Amino acid sequence: MTSSPATASGPAIGRRRYTKVDPIPWWLKAFGGVVVIFFILPTLFVIPMSFSDAATFEFPPRGFTWRLYENFFTNPIWLDSLSNSFLVATLTAVLATTVGTAAAVALSRMQGRVARFVRTLLMVPIVAPAIVVAVAVYIAFLGWQLTGTVLGYVLAHTAIAVPYVVVSVTGALGGFDPQLLRAASSLGSSPSRAFVRVTMPLISRGILTGAIFAFIVSFDEVVLALFLRSPVFQTMPVQMYNSVTVEIDPTISAASSLMVVAVTIIFLLPQLLRGRARRR
Amino acid sequence: MTTTPSTTVKATGSSPGTPSGTEIRLDRVTKDFGLAAPAVDDISLTIRPGEFMTFLGPSGSGKTTTLNLIAGFETLTAGTIALNGTDVSDVPPHRRNLGMLFQNYALFPHLTVAQNVAYPLRERKVPKREIARKVAEVLELVQLTGRDDNHPSQLSGGQQQRVALARAIVFEPRALLLDEPLGALDRNLRSALQAEIRRIHREVGSTFVFVTHDQEEAMNLSDRIALFNNGRIEQIGTPQQLYAEPETLFTARFLGDSNVFELGQAALDRSIVWDGESWGVDPATVAAHPGVRAGSAIVVRPEDVEVAARRDEVPPGANAVRAVVRDVEYMGSYRTLLLAMGGRGLPGRTRVSPLRGDYAIGDEIVAWWRPGAQRIVAA
Repeated sequence: MTSSPATASGPAIGRRRYTKVDPIPWWLKAFGGVVVIFFILPTLFVIPMSFSDAATFEFPPRGFTWRLYENFFTNPIWLDSLSNSFLVATLTAVLATTVGTAAAVALSRMQGRVARFVRTLLMVPIVAPAIVVAVAVYIAFLGWQLTGTVLGYVLAHTAIAVPYVVVSVTGALGGFDPQLLRAASSLGSSPSRAFVRVTMPLISRGILTGAIFAFIVSFDEVVLALFLRSPVFQTMPVQMYNSVTVEIDPTISAASSLMVVAVTIIFLLPQLLRGRARRR
Repeated sequence: MTTTPSTTVKATGSSPGTPSGTEIRLDRVTKDFGLAAPAVDDISLTIRPGEFMTFLGPSGSGKTTTLNLIAGFETLTAGTIALNGTDVSDVPPHRRNLGMLFQNYALFPHLTVAQNVAYPLRERKVPKREIARKVAEVLELVQLTGRDDNHPSQLSGGQQQRVALARAIVFEPRALLLDEPLGALDRNLRSALQAEIRRIHREVGSTFVFVTHDQEEAMNLSDRIALFNNGRIEQIGTPQQLYAEPETLFTARFLGDSNVFELGQAALDRSIVWDGESWGVDPATVAAHPGVRAGSAIVVRPEDVEVAARRDEVPPGANAVRAVVRDVEYMGSYRTLLLAMGGRGLPGRTRVSPLRGDYAIGDEIVAWWRPGAQRIVAA
């Protein structure tokens, strides 16, 4: 995009006009725009509908009311499932970040076939079909009486969230100079102290990104959650599923809007934090 | 800088008594990585308290591995390492209390200059005010006052290495280990920092172990040099000893230029014959190295080789060889003649003063030196 004036004022080459370096063709821009709309459009429908006064799903929305939000925040089923989701996602984020960071750090020090094998193994939960994982987890957890428990949800969600943490922390470790750990130990830091004082601050961006991914993976997850739910414990996505398939309740638009807003805020968190750090 | 009345430096480390004198003793130290040959092969060496010891050698000679063994970054395959008589072979690096300087500085990029230097003091739970005082003191010692709040990325390479130096000595370690610390710097900065390191060694007075492959740097800085070759110490001594009295051909070739006449197995009693020339031998110049008997070589430094136009100009008793001038290098205060010596045209070099006449390529001359100036080494 930068065409320096120095080259532009150079000797003219024939009659050719100078164009900007590396221009993006119009059709690529248009295609990009279509893709963006494709991703955002559902969201743009859901949020206006959540303020609709109609008794069923209707677009364009009619009138304006907070009624659906009122429904949502006065109905204990919705509120419980929301708080369950937050609880499970938070615990999953903590556990997956701890395990994933440890795995990434260990793998970064290993080389050869074993490391490659372990790395591939850790990716299995992402590539394996969700339904297969869900059935396997369900059968195992039935025997261990973990279905319908917070612990069960957290363990299952951690398994599928860990790969995201490993990937983002491994990326951050790519720019980490292992010589710094030698320096730290020569200055009196035990390996664990060196991790806290040197490694962690330098890969914190990767850890934070991993934690956010883990939170959202859990917060969004519906297949495992469907299998693990119990009459007394279910998460938000499962309740949303119920509300459409069983009861056709327009409150779902308020719930969806809240989900979208919550996930967006959490995703933007690192950028907001970074902006504040720069101003400091 | 605020200097409180009680600036007496107290040893913060675990070594009581004089902080300056740590003896490092390596006893039959071996490190085997499982490759064809051990990286360090049965080395015994005592570094004296307060000494500036340099490990010199080509890459892969084991000098850096030996330093890493002293630092504790590598575990010993065999042997022991003792600091002031205490065996530290199994002590992890963070409890050895040794300062270390790295080639790539290894400053913590997320910390400021002052925080980097304070790092080892914070690890030792030194009180805050004490830390501030010591950091200011040591930053003055390395001439970097006023950059406290800069991050390492805002400093030049030379400045970064000064910060690393400050950080490595601020906690008064038992010794300072320097792993090619000037390798990444350009020539001018290098000599400036060499002078700096020499000065700081004098002022701090603690034991320094310096690793380099640069022979000039080694000669410049060291009290003693240990020359490494293939995981062993080829020769150890003062720079003068290594230069003037090499024991082996490897040493002679590694330090400075030399003219080498290989002899094979020869009687070294009174005289030697090389390419038809008969040369006198001064018994004092024969290396004590046991390998001399099996195979030897005569080494003559270029500055000891004189040039005569004809053989009858060579003084009696001198060793002479006929030679052809192959090239002349003008070096300012002197010229170097590149020679082809003897019938075989062995490459050689000599230094001549510009006052001593002109030499042209192709001139036939006679190169000569006193038997006392040559050195007979193990080949």
